[in-house]
Amino acid sequence: MSRVSAFFAGAWEFVVGDDWRTALGVVAALGVTAALAGAEIAAWWVMPPAVIGLLALSIRRAVSGRRQPGVSPDG
Amino acid sequence: MSGAEIGLALSVFLACAVEAVEALTIVLAVGTTRSWSSALYGVGAAAVALAAIVVALGPALSSLPIDVLRVLVGGVLLIFGLQWLRKAILRAAGVKATHDELQTYAEETEAARSAGGLGGGFDGYSFTISFKGVLLEGLEVAFIVLTFGSNQHHIDVAAAAAGLAVLVVAAAGVAARAPLARVPENAMKFAVGVMLSSFGMFWGAEGAGAHWPAGDGALLAIIALMALAALSMTSAVRSRA
Repeated sequence: MSRVSAFFAGAWEFVVGDDWRTALGVVAALGVTAALAGAEIAAWWVMPPAVIGLLALSIRRAVSGRRQPGVSPDG
Repeated sequence: MSGAEIGLALSVFLACAVEAVEALTIVLAVGTTRSWSSALYGVGAAAVALAAIVVALGPALSSLPIDVLRVLVGGVLLIFGLQWLRKAILRAAGVKATHDELQTYAEETEAARSAGGLGGGFDGYSFTISFKGVLLEGLEVAFIVLTFGSNQHHIDVAAAAAGLAVLVVAAAGVAARAPLARVPENAMKFAVGVMLSSFGMFWGAEGAGAHWPAGDGALLAIIALMALAALSMTSAVRSRA
């Protein structure tokens, strides 16, 4: 692995960790917010339920992963 | 000082205090077992490296247009904060083991004793272990200082809060001469996770073009909502565990 790719792999692990679905969900929610705001529609209400929903799903994945032997979803 | 600045300082202080407690355990273990002077050289070198990261990246981030800065940094801060919060919820619910400073101290002490090669002068093992411990624990703090500080245009306030936390933890460590095992680390991580996620959500949405009702006042409602949601999730997971 080159130093550049090692740097990006380290940065990814540092910020995103082992739950890329949550990161993708945050990006999607921000995209929806930007699209609504761009169309001059109130957009502030998108993020709170999206973030709470993403956190709940992430917790559920971690808990159900721990109940399956050999699966370690959380470092 | 505005409410947002107090939130900034408090979040950075708590995050830095938690990481400093973990770094202190490592430094205490090698310092007590092998060489205090070499361990402290390692601490100093890591502190200089962390300060250099903040000084190098801070002005670059602060020079970005405010909307770009808020959506980028807000989004990254939100993703990062949700990681902290998820782990804190799992630990509080008893699903994930909590960090045990006494156990870490015992392991580090044993490793330091068995490493061998201890002479009278500079001890490379103590220097390296202290340097790595402080640098790795400090990177998260440097990240929080940079993201919070650049968004508020107060990297100085964030850096001061981080420095104060290090002083408080170091003073407590010197007074106790033992790992700070009674510090409620997970409760502090829980609070930091709530703050990082809330500020990230607030700034990210603003950067994306949304306007919060009540402006900056919405931040308090977001923090309360995130805290309530996280506590409810902890309770729900605990009851099923």
